[in-house]
Amino acid sequence: MSDPKIEGLELKPGFRGMAQDTGSDQTMFKGVHWGKAMMWIFLLSDTFIFSCFLISYMKGRGSTPVEWPNPSEVFALNAFGVPVPLLLIAIMTFVLITSSGTMALAVKYGYEKNRKMCGWLVLATALGGLTFVGMQAFEWSKLIHEGVRPWENPFGAPQFGSFFFMITGFHGTHVTFGVIFLFIYAYKVFAGHYDEGKRGWFTTMKGDYVEIEILGLYWHFVDLVWVFIFAFFYLW
Amino acid sequence: MSEEFNDNKTIHAQSSETISGGGSSAAPDIDYVRPAEVEEQDLYHGHSFITKWVFCQDAKVIGVQYFLLATFTGIVGLILSWLMRLQLGFPGAAGFMTAEHYYQFVTMHGMIMVVYFLTALFLGGFGNYLIPLMVGARDMVFPYLNMVSFWMFFIAVGVLMASFFVPGGPTGAGWTLYPPQTILEGTPGSGAGILLMCGSLILFVAGFTMGGLNYLITILQARTRGMTLMRMPLTVWGIFTATVLAMLAFPALLVGALMMSLDKVLGTSFFMPTILKAGEVLEYGGGSPILFQHLFWFFGHPEVYIVALPAFGIVSDLISVHSRKNIFGYRMMVWAIVGIGALSFFVWAHHMYVSGMNPWFGFFFATTTLIIAVPTAMKVYNWILTLWRGNIRMNTVMLWCLGFIVTFVNGGITGIFLGNVSVDVPLSDTYFVIAHFHMVMGIAPLMVIMGAVYHWFPLVAGRFLDEKLGKWHFWTTFLGAYSIYFPMHYLGFIGVPRRYFEMYDSPYMTSAVGMNEFISLAAFLVGAAQFILIYNIIKTLKTGKRAGSNPWKACSLEWLTPSVPPEHGNWGDRLPVVHRWCYDYSVPGAKEDFITQTTPPSEVQNTGVEKT
Repeated sequence: MSDPKIEGLELKPGFRGMAQDTGSDQTMFKGVHWGKAMMWIFLLSDTFIFSCFLISYMKGRGSTPVEWPNPSEVFALNAFGVPVPLLLIAIMTFVLITSSGTMALAVKYGYEKNRKMCGWLVLATALGGLTFVGMQAFEWSKLIHEGVRPWENPFGAPQFGSFFFMITGFHGTHVTFGVIFLFIYAYKVFAGHYDEGKRGWFTTMKGDYVEIEILGLYWHFVDLVWVFIFAFFYLW
Repeated sequence: MSEEFNDNKTIHAQSSETISGGGSSAAPDIDYVRPAEVEEQDLYHGHSFITKWVFCQDAKVIGVQYFLLATFTGIVGLILSWLMRLQLGFPGAAGFMTAEHYYQFVTMHGMIMVVYFLTALFLGGFGNYLIPLMVGARDMVFPYLNMVSFWMFFIAVGVLMASFFVPGGPTGAGWTLYPPQTILEGTPGSGAGILLMCGSLILFVAGFTMGGLNYLITILQARTRGMTLMRMPLTVWGIFTATVLAMLAFPALLVGALMMSLDKVLGTSFFMPTILKAGEVLEYGGGSPILFQHLFWFFGHPEVYIVALPAFGIVSDLISVHSRKNIFGYRMMVWAIVGIGALSFFVWAHHMYVSGMNPWFGFFFATTTLIIAVPTAMKVYNWILTLWRGNIRMNTVMLWCLGFIVTFVNGGITGIFLGNVSVDVPLSDTYFVIAHFHMVMGIAPLMVIMGAVYHWFPLVAGRFLDEKLGKWHFWTTFLGAYSIYFPMHYLGFIGVPRRYFEMYDSPYMTSAVGMNEFISLAAFLVGAAQFILIYNIIKTLKTGKRAGSNPWKACSLEWLTPSVPPEHGNWGDRLPVVHRWCYDYSVPGAKEDFITQTTPPSEVQNTGVEKT
């Protein structure tokens, strides 16, 4: 996106520009929508939540006296009679990252006021997210079937089950909320709420395609967190 | 005086460049301020009792709602402290008091006062009311979210209070909720009590996040024309930095509370080591209790500053207004607030010296802890230098401010004792610690709250609080609070342990018993004195002296609204335009002893502060 035009203020690049914006009146992030700034700060806070989870996981894995299960065996899936490590997780990760791509395209078409394309892409993102949640449900039920519980598991340290269900559950909740909002936003795009600037219920906020970008920020964040969970849980 | 002049001139040169840099060219209009970047905010105006006063989206009403609910929880906390003091001063005087009850009251008193009273009151109450007014916004940027934030807080308080009525009662594990004992049988409230506590904390964090996002974005993105960050009142800086801390520290509490709940409900062992109970091995095993302490104090220490920083900011403004002088070293005050906030994330383990740690870690955390004393001391010096040779109004507000400085210095100095590992270890878990943190984050912020209530009540209600009652309130509280906490230092030195239900036949009985009786009597008196304020508010709401607009002759924007008390939308038809900082008091050459933030430079020529 090009830099916004601010009357009476010449925006400068780099550190000098940052210092000038910070020192100026009215806004610190020039031309940035309130909701977008809010989402960034919310995500910063959410990053701390996931960091606390992952650091706790490292600490818990380090302090348990029982051996940690081998993830490439626990998470293996039988394909044509051969156990393939991390098969399901690889597909899940692929689906989620792809949905990030469709989300980014939706933002682009949204700003171009291409209602149809934007709507279909938001819907595609929602379906990608739904697939991810579905596969996660499958993975959970498989592990539960094999006897993994939050308080015990047959493969080794009981903390494995505890942290696995808690962290993937918390992430999955994020994805689920994202999916719900993606469906709502897809409806709103198709219904033209962002073209006509329809006001929300009980608020006076006007609809705008920037909301697609704001939801996109959340969605990319959820994907990024998954990459970390993937690395720490499945590859370590 | 000449030095002040020069100082102002340098500010003049810098900020005028920032404001009008680039745009204006030929005709140098000294009153020029850049046009608005953002279009005017549409507001949802309530049209029924419910949308105006209950589910209201006006930040001012939400602020008052927060204030009232936080005060309610504060009174519950106060009554709990009375019951504790009754037991400590006069063991057995209250027939129903068992050791279990005592621990439950200690726990609930601590959690209520720190989280549900002070945090909610400073950020939810003062933050909501003052931020939009002080930065010149019509309202918070997300009024709907703001409303939901309050009602989440309401539910959180409801869940917390419900724990008094469940079987087993509220949790009695101490406000730090250390596992494993928190969720094990034998600790009072280890069943439903601890779950409700964790649930309430999670709800509080969720609700606070909604409010916190509002405060931050309103300050960063919704200031009025001419309002730069370095022209904001220090109140806003304090609340801003405290909110940033809260946004980054509460996640640790949320995660800790969630994992604790899972340990209780699902039988996971995040925090639970292998435990032998009456010769029997429990189901738990392999967890780390120290992990919870880290999570808790990563939240807990910034929490201290979440309470303290708004108090620092507010007291700076009150002192400046009521000594008719600009705040000494404004920029240093801002950087000190920001610096304290940043440092507060690197000191948490000084709460865990006795948990056992590598001596080098103790050394590291002692060092960072002592470094925090530097910006903090700087702020104290600046408050005193602001007062120095000021035209001090000795009213109730000023008394509370002076009370704050004294109690804060006292509590801060004992903090330096406790920051050192070798001093902390023997003093840990004694009444010295109780005295320290009540002085520094109990009484000191409370003094500021009281000062702020007397200062801003004329804005909220349009009438002054009664000065005579106010002085009675102040002197009883101040002298009484000193009588409570000063002797506690002595109790700590002779080794009286905290959180003990009674002293039984220990040698402390003889030397501490009279002291404990005295402290308890003082505590009853101080608690009762707070009802003077409530009486004062109820009385003056109807009959108090009318304040009119800007009764304190202050410079900052909140006093410059077209109507007092301000209406929804704050500013009538036109948003204010800001030309200077909010501390132009007693400027030589000016007609009056204050120049409001909206006064354009052309009206105050030849004062040396056309623009600040």
